[in-house]
Amino acid sequence: MSRNSPLALWRRFLALPNDSRTKTLGVAFLVSLVAAIAVSTTSVALKPRQEAHIQAAREANLAAMVATLPGLAEVMRETGAESLETVVVALETGQIDPTIDAATYDFLSAQSDPTLTQPLAASEDTAKIGQRPNFAPVYILRGTQRLALVVLPVYGTGYQSTIRAYLALHGDLATIAALSIYEQGETPGLGTRITDPAWQALWSGKRASDNAGEVTIVVVRGAATTANEVDGITGATRSTTGVTNLVQFWLGDLGYGPFLAWLKAEEF
Amino acid sequence: MIEILLKSVFQENLALTFFLGICTFLAVSKRVETAVGLGVAMIVVQSLTVPINYLIFQGLLVEGAWAWVGLPEVDLTYLKLISFIGVIAATVQIMEMTLERYAPTLHQSLGVFLPLITVNCAILGGSLFMVERRYDLPESVVYGVGSGVGWALAIVAFAAIRERLRYADAPEGLRGLGLAFIVTGLMSMGFSAFVGVTLP
Amino acid sequence: MRKSQLHHLTAPLIDNNPVTLQMLGICSALAVTTALDTALIMSLALLTVLATASTLISLIKAHLPSSIRLVVQITIIASLVIVTDQVLRAYAFEISQRLSVFVGLIVTNCIVLGRAEAFAMHNPVWPSFLDGVGNGLGYGLILMIVATIRELFGSGALFGVTVLPLATEGGWFEPLGFMLLAPSAFFIIGLLIWGIRTRRPAQIEANKFPIISQAVVEKT
Repeated sequence: MSRNSPLALWRRFLALPNDSRTKTLGVAFLVSLVAAIAVSTTSVALKPRQEAHIQAAREANLAAMVATLPGLAEVMRETGAESLETVVVALETGQIDPTIDAATYDFLSAQSDPTLTQPLAASEDTAKIGQRPNFAPVYILRGTQRLALVVLPVYGTGYQSTIRAYLALHGDLATIAALSIYEQGETPGLGTRITDPAWQALWSGKRASDNAGEVTIVVVRGAATTANEVDGITGATRSTTGVTNLVQFWLGDLGYGPFLAWLKAEEF
Repeated sequence: MIEILLKSVFQENLALTFFLGICTFLAVSKRVETAVGLGVAMIVVQSLTVPINYLIFQGLLVEGAWAWVGLPEVDLTYLKLISFIGVIAATVQIMEMTLERYAPTLHQSLGVFLPLITVNCAILGGSLFMVERRYDLPESVVYGVGSGVGWALAIVAFAAIRERLRYADAPEGLRGLGLAFIVTGLMSMGFSAFVGVTLP
Repeated sequence: MRKSQLHHLTAPLIDNNPVTLQMLGICSALAVTTALDTALIMSLALLTVLATASTLISLIKAHLPSSIRLVVQITIIASLVIVTDQVLRAYAFEISQRLSVFVGLIVTNCIVLGRAEAFAMHNPVWPSFLDGVGNGLGYGLILMIVATIRELFGSGALFGVTVLPLATEGGWFEPLGFMLLAPSAFFIIGLLIWGIRTRRPAQIEANKFPIISQAVVEKT
């Protein structure tokens, strides 16, 4: 074995006193290198699997929500529709944009892309999302005579995480068919109760807006008394306030408001 | 801003609402002087690390941060844990060396608590919350100061209570750590009263 | 395994439990114990990180310069945690969502660094591995006990399976909402410590200010 073979060099390196500068730098570098390689390989290798999970969770939620709505299965049978029609809506104007391919539009990455979003002033940003994407996918189910269901993807900041959900509106565009929360990271046991099927079921049949068209749906503390209130959850006030804020934001003028107005005008 | 400051001290107190840094909280609270020393050190470290971590996160880790080099799709957010910890360890080390040089008496009295801060979950938790809530730079500074003050407040109050408890005639099994847990539980119940408070 | 080495595995269960005696790893013990499944996953994640970290650190301890000792330990632990987190997100997605920021907090979980400093830095590889597994089991034990009590009385269920039918769903059990709030974990652990120290008087802390009885005072 020659004096400068890799093995001999390695042995010499190991034999250095621990506090020598070479050894310190060497150990630091080696540990960082190994750690970086381990972390990077795992993250990159597992990324497709993780994204598949997120995608599957979203689709399962959409499908599950649609499946629970009464009468919807019938409408789908009547019209021969296999699934919901996906369109991409320009939120500013409220018009459907036919040039964007709805099947491949990546709403999630658009949300943090500065070229695809519009920044929000603090006073308008009730859902605390920072910036609002310019385009959003919407899922529509048309019956033989009229609109049956409109599903809006919504999101906002809860107590300590981003809450993502689907808000389904009946054909009259004023009554909520369902709210289905598919992603959140709230306090385990407390805030996470917003995903309880029992609580989400309370949203069905609630009125999203009053007769004047103002968005009035709200989660109250304690029991709900009117058609535009939803029962609160004890110990999860901040999370439910987050849900109220995001639903109100996305039903309002900066969210799907213009689109819903356009849709209503088209229908009636 | 004031709202962030007050919220981080009272309503979202890192020690009593989120229960971060409890190990040190329980271990270093037997006497008020040591608790005060640790509290001050916590405030300084937190006020420095949250803004620095913000800069590192936005400047190096988020998607698009490397666009100026022609790599706009690189997303290094999975490295945030390691880089935050690195920054915290470095800040604590630098603070220790600075104190040793310019304020040797203070360094002497803080003793072993300075390195202990490196592994205080409250410091890392503060930076992680800053990312989660998307604070910008001024908000990060305010949040750093506020959350540090909140934690310090909690540990000093707790130490004061424990000093009194030393004279109490508690059952043997409960003496010391057992009572400390129960008192912390009661204190956090007290702090949860702040949750509904909003500024006018 | 020799008896002395088995000791590393069993001592941290009760005699030297990381949570109830060493005061380590408490932060996460409170937040994830509202339900048994999150507690179980957290314990398993911590056990994996702790055993691996202790083994690795013990492997390189001979060549670790003291000036960068802490940083190197933390780097190793942090990398392990990130890998664990990524694996959880790929293979146990719903659970990882609920554990959110707490898996990341294993990095500063005092148990991992505490055992690294106290044990792995001064002991050979196999005992360090056993010590890591033992402390992980001790931590898991406390977590499961607390989670059982909190989930049972707070939601009437164990692992999500209803055991005590809730009044809101037609049963008779009115859940104790307090159990779902964090202070309850403190009380439960405090009472657990009381129980443990009654059976193991060796763990009782000395009373520095004992009350002298009146009879003794009057005699003098």
